[in-house]
Amino acid sequence: MLLIHCPYCEETLPEAEFAYAGQAHVIRPENPSGETDEQWEEFLFIRENPKGPHYERWRHIHGCGRFFNALRDTVSDRFYTTYKAGEPRPDLSDFLGDDA
Amino acid sequence: MSISISPLNPTVIGDTAAVRVAQMAPVGRLSLRARGDLAALNGALGLTLPTKIGTRATAGDLSAACLGPDEWVLTMPEGDVAGVEAALAGAYDALPHSVTNISAREVTFEITGPMAETLMTIGCPRDMASMGEGAVRRTLFDTATVVLWRDGADAFRMDVWNSFAGFVAQTLETGCRELAADMARAG
Ligand SMILES: [Zn+2]
Repeated sequence: MLLIHCPYCEETLPEAEFAYAGQAHVIRPENPSGETDEQWEEFLFIRENPKGPHYERWRHIHGCGRFFNALRDTVSDRFYTTYKAGEPRPDLSDFLGDDA
Repeated sequence: MSISISPLNPTVIGDTAAVRVAQMAPVGRLSLRARGDLAALNGALGLTLPTKIGTRATAGDLSAACLGPDEWVLTMPEGDVAGVEAALAGAYDALPHSVTNISAREVTFEITGPMAETLMTIGCPRDMASMGEGAVRRTLFDTATVVLWRDGADAFRMDVWNSFAGFVAQTLETGCRELAADMARAG
């Protein structure tokens, strides 16, 4: 089982308490009706789906209930870091140092 | 299969040499959500709301457990609920917040005995050793979300939503008997 660090609980806890919630940092346009169909499609449906490091949302659904963000490698399942919702996207190169 | 649980008729679910599981009499429970300077709420409640998730504070019959960054569950005798609600309402102008009476939403199981911690591990994915005495956590028991209170080395309470209570009671009762059988075999 994966162990995931909840940035609100400040504890590393079993995956069973958490739910995956899709790609992170997808920002809803301030004025949706000003978007073209292509822009709106991009916002709703188009995702990065990378093989490797991925910025993604998780929710501590069976715990504090909070959504937060994580940087996880989709191949190895390694979590490089987790951080609170609203905080800036951490720089991947900060975490690849020892692996490079 | 599940045991039929009535919130109004507390029963003993399992009672073996290993562990005893009993449904507690109804208690008052309020869910409190608030952000910002909590001083006004602390004054109204007569205790300091804990801000570290998983910790609790107690004043007399009232206890407050921090479940999330802006969420607490307050427990008290049923007869005190109206008074606590009124006290919090008086602090509303100082700090807008939400209070919901969830007393009837859940039942509480009391789990005590030398194998109480082991019984928790049959359904709870957490490392139980990470929950010290006094800790309160919302977590998972098998497939049900529960609030787990550790009251002592061998004493827990578990708040379970009514719709899951029969299933959780059945699982705990089975565990009680299995752990007692283990103890008997070990002599
Ligand atoms: Zn959490």
